[in-house]
Amino acid sequence: MLIKLTGGKLYDPENKISGEVRDIYVEDGKIVAERPDAKPDRTYDVKGRVVMAGAIDPHTHIGGGKMTIARMLLPEDHQHDLVARTDVTRAGCGHAVPSTHLAGYRYAEMGYTACFEPAMLPANARQAHMELGDTPMVDKGAFAMLGSDDFFLRQLSEKKDFEAIKDYVAWTMHASQALAVKVVNPGGISAFKFNQRKLDLDEEHVYYKVTPRQIVLNLARALQELGVTHPLHIHGCNLGVPGNIESTLETIRAADGLRMHMTHTQFLSYGTEGDKKFSSGAARLAELVNKSPNVSIDVGQVMFGQTCTASGDSMRQYAIAKSAHPKKPVVMDIECDAGCGVVPMRYRDKSFVNALQWAIGLETFLLVDDPWRMFLTTDHPNGAPFYTYPHLIRLLMDKSFRDDAFQRINADAQGASILPTITREYTLDEIAVMTRAGPARSLGLKDRGHLGIGAAGDITVYKDDPNREAMFVKPEMVFKNGELIVRNGKVVKVVQGATHVARPEYDKGIEKPLKDYFDRFHTVRMANFKLADEEIVRGDKGAIVVQPTAPRMA
Amino acid sequence: MPDTELFEDVACPFCGMLCDDLEVERSAGGLKVRKGACGRAVAGFERKLPASNPQVRGKAVSRDEAVAEAARLIGQASLPLYGGLATDVEGMRAVMALAERSGGVVDHALSEAQYRNFKVLQSVGWTMSTLTETRNRADLIIIAGTDVAALHQRFFERIVAPPASMFGVDAKKRTVVVIGKGLDKAARNAGVGEVVTLPCKPEQVGEVVGALRARLRGFTLNKLDIDGVTLADIDALAGRCRKAAYGVVVWAPGAFDFPHAELTVDQLAGLVKDLSTTQRFAGLTLGGAEGATTAASVSTWLSGYPMRVSYASGAPEFDPDRYAIARMLGEGEGDLLVWIASYSPDLVPPKTDVPTIVLGTPGMKLPKSTHVFIPIGTPGLDHAGRLIRVDSVVSLPLKDLGRAELPSAAGVLAAIEAAL
Repeated sequence: MLIKLTGGKLYDPENKISGEVRDIYVEDGKIVAERPDAKPDRTYDVKGRVVMAGAIDPHTHIGGGKMTIARMLLPEDHQHDLVARTDVTRAGCGHAVPSTHLAGYRYAEMGYTACFEPAMLPANARQAHMELGDTPMVDKGAFAMLGSDDFFLRQLSEKKDFEAIKDYVAWTMHASQALAVKVVNPGGISAFKFNQRKLDLDEEHVYYKVTPRQIVLNLARALQELGVTHPLHIHGCNLGVPGNIESTLETIRAADGLRMHMTHTQFLSYGTEGDKKFSSGAARLAELVNKSPNVSIDVGQVMFGQTCTASGDSMRQYAIAKSAHPKKPVVMDIECDAGCGVVPMRYRDKSFVNALQWAIGLETFLLVDDPWRMFLTTDHPNGAPFYTYPHLIRLLMDKSFRDDAFQRINADAQGASILPTITREYTLDEIAVMTRAGPARSLGLKDRGHLGIGAAGDITVYKDDPNREAMFVKPEMVFKNGELIVRNGKVVKVVQGATHVARPEYDKGIEKPLKDYFDRFHTVRMANFKLADEEIVRGDKGAIVVQPTAPRMA
Repeated sequence: MPDTELFEDVACPFCGMLCDDLEVERSAGGLKVRKGACGRAVAGFERKLPASNPQVRGKAVSRDEAVAEAARLIGQASLPLYGGLATDVEGMRAVMALAERSGGVVDHALSEAQYRNFKVLQSVGWTMSTLTETRNRADLIIIAGTDVAALHQRFFERIVAPPASMFGVDAKKRTVVVIGKGLDKAARNAGVGEVVTLPCKPEQVGEVVGALRARLRGFTLNKLDIDGVTLADIDALAGRCRKAAYGVVVWAPGAFDFPHAELTVDQLAGLVKDLSTTQRFAGLTLGGAEGATTAASVSTWLSGYPMRVSYASGAPEFDPDRYAIARMLGEGEGDLLVWIASYSPDLVPPKTDVPTIVLGTPGMKLPKSTHVFIPIGTPGLDHAGRLIRVDSVVSLPLKDLGRAELPSAAGVLAAIEAAL
């Protein structure tokens, strides 16, 4: 099957193409070289249209136990967005915590062809993959959460050989079918189980006597030496706490050249200036990020309205439970592995704090120079549901639109933000970097996020509308592996994406202490903890793509 | 397939705990639990399966004919009710697809009990723990109104008094408080440091816990006597709570079988909430047999709601009272019952006049309303599958032990959907 897209303006930063008119040929799901002699089976005229690779969301909570808790928790939120079955698509509900099928459809309808769940508890990995298996249209993958699990904390506190820590990290990635590793409130989820209510970067865990700094550095180094492409994905200490910009900056400085990804930094960039002792740390963060080529970030932009926060950070989620709206927070301690907190939240533009959170996010986007190290996220659904991305893109690309929006937020927050002084407007190239090429490169997805020869035929076609929100909200066409799956913003064909994993080498000897640990302490056998390929391939009817890792370093 | 085979690390699907340390041997005589046995596991794995055939109106037919007849009935029905739902993840996925396709209602056989929990979760939230966390950490376990050993025979061996624990909380350092009459035998045999009983009826657990919360908040109470539980008992328990490093409040919602029992669950969740402001406490809810937790979780991620969903309009419509299938049948709503019971032959459909399609384990006593019966396998014995544990966090793979050649519920349901 050969298809041809003719006359589109390509924005393909990975291949240094910026708005050039080119034809694209896709054969058997892959982009191939120009074939002027061949007769395509299907030709799509995309003259004058903007053509990009399918978008990639590197941080979106769409699958796993805490999302199903959130779904169960919020019947009143689903009520306004119920979706009936059609001849093509399944029924479900949308808004803050959409049902699995709806999440897949709506991502595709927005031009996305890959989404990554960033907080998979290894103890809950099987369910996370089941839910991702029921999320059609997009490729997917998940990051295993480590850093508050007792096996690792025991290794660290007993000063075990670093190679054994690396073996355990790699083993966990295999066992949970992960693409990357995330640390959430390093050590803090465990510390909360011992009734510690805060854990700063250099504060000792009351039981294990290790610090978040040690946890972050060990995990970051382990991943780098294991050759995993995506660096340690860090949700830092003190999330949501005024003044947390200090621990965020200190975490970046601590990296000392190690590669790291700081996630949803908006929630971690708060100062304590002003009457209300709450201020923006965006400028300080951006200054340090601009000087630190080893660091990438995503923002976790807040948008106004009802949503639900859902995080592995049980300590901090418990702390914000009093701000829940509606008032029904859920917190869990989980399996000597991790925890979670689900807190419904309504961000209001007239609230000083919420308005400033909004401004801090935008300041961060606009002050960080290098779009290759900046990914567009709302930390769905924590800052806002992912459907707000087109609006966010317009805020970034359109200064006068942004200024109008700024006029409507809380007046004190206006006084505390430098946003109006920032004149930058994102270009289409930069948007393509931030939503395609950058995440693909960072996650190590060699054949995604670009339109070069050999890339997957994941392609999004937009009308070149000066109203960028209208443009990005409703692509004219979306192709997945060369098949047309969305036309004029509606799913026309349902497909099942693949699951991307990474499998760094490890010494199988690690299973000896692990088996002993499971036998003595756990309620699940080590053999059953591990998620077999067959469960994803046969049970969930999806393919597994093993992304390459670099050779292991000592 | 060899004549005899020994399977290790076998997960047991016969209660919500899903113990996965069983060894089960298959021989010509059937299955035998060699290790990790409890009464429920033995009854489940070692039950002799009677020969069983698909039937239409009591007459043996081929599976294809039974599937075609089931599809015909579902195709004709205006409001099919999908009940029982004792199946695995794959079975629930197939149920949801078929219910959507046919505009039906889904509800699990044990929903009434689960809804005592869901109503609390959906109104005020809660703080919970899981089995491994409780096993290693809990120095105070308060069991509220629940005969835990009857539900989960190995709960005390595996969770309350395990041979090892990670944080030095060995069995002798644990206190078990039982709120309820006649429920403390297993706790007393478990070898924990201390067992305290506050005997009262299940209906009074909420009152006892309410008094405890009042005293913990510093309120003065008049002399009280709740079925023999005195203020001194309450105060002693308050003292134990205050001293706990990690307290876990345990209940099974099925134990509170009386009107508005969600208010009892609300007190238990409220106790945890009150104590959590300065110390660590969590809840642990039990039960979840017959795939109940799995049904609720899969229904939730696919529809947004933990069952009691109607697809009559095409979209999922949720109403925990209106779409309770037992109520609907009682009041003449719905015109077809599709009943799925893969585990226990005792999970029979409720009495009804509407025609019933039963996908059941062989040996079920079929009610008169049965128009179509299709024998199905038990996940974890006759075919592989996956189940979600009662704490809603851990899920386990179930093995095909090769007991009998029976199709999965998922397979039969998919065939019915294809034949619609």
